[in-house]
Amino acid sequence: MSSESAAHTVKYKTYFFVLLALLVLTFTSVAITSIDLGTFAIAGALVLATIKSSLVLWFFMHLKYENKIFRIMIGLVLFVFLIVMIVTFLDYGFQR
Amino acid sequence: MSTPEAHRDDFGSKIGMWLFIFTELLLFGGLFIVYSVYRFKNPVAFHLAGEELDTAIGTINTVILLISSMTVAMSITAVQLGHKKKAVFLLAATILLAIVFMINKYFEWSGKFGHGIYPGSEKLTELGTGEVLFFGLYFAMTGLHALHIIIGVIILAVMLSKVMKSTINTEYYVQLENGGLYWHLVDLIWIFLFPLFYLIA
Repeated sequence: MSSESAAHTVKYKTYFFVLLALLVLTFTSVAITSIDLGTFAIAGALVLATIKSSLVLWFFMHLKYENKIFRIMIGLVLFVFLIVMIVTFLDYGFQR
Repeated sequence: MSTPEAHRDDFGSKIGMWLFIFTELLLFGGLFIVYSVYRFKNPVAFHLAGEELDTAIGTINTVILLISSMTVAMSITAVQLGHKKKAVFLLAATILLAIVFMINKYFEWSGKFGHGIYPGSEKLTELGTGEVLFFGLYFAMTGLHALHIIIGVIILAVMLSKVMKSTINTEYYVQLENGGLYWHLVDLIWIFLFPLFYLIA
């Protein structure tokens, strides 16, 4: 019955390297925001946060190894969030 | 295949967990939208208020959560391979890291309270609307996140006891996978809270 989710055992080493990447990205975001780059600093920090969250989703949360349906579902949720964000800023950005 | 497995649906169980995670993502997503609108309206105040937050303690807590996410992910590998002792150690380490996170949070918040910064405080009202909004969101969002940490610790403790009793084992570990997913969600939210509150100054 449980055969649908073909068990995939991820190596300890894989998780360790993902952690290393996450730590490097964290310290990079701290570094770029500590030097004054203005708006670019926070934009950069958010781009790095997006990369970090993708790594967590992909490896730690097993999206890489799971059935395709999980990737489609999270894609839809992020798409909905993006639309709401865009619509909100279309409103606030143009009201003066 | 033994009889209890006839009622098992690991795939459905994981779908259910992910659906719950989506509701959580949209809950925090809504708060992130509120944050970005207020920041857009009060850029200077948000910048100045952000300087009040300690980047060092934020960075330490980020590192702690990232490591704890790794240990809980590794505990699934350990259970799959039948390394029970290792799994118990990794889950215990995750819980310990979560507690250290909360201790840091306690000192951070009590430091803020000590400086007269808490929701509705006189000092905050004097500072102005932008600061009130920044710290209001800071306490609401990190507070809601901390609540998730506490719930996460309870879930991880249940997982730990189940691994110790071998109710979670090489054959049946979907509960641990779902518990792990919850813990990664907590990590995922913090990954965005950290730059938005601690790194904007």
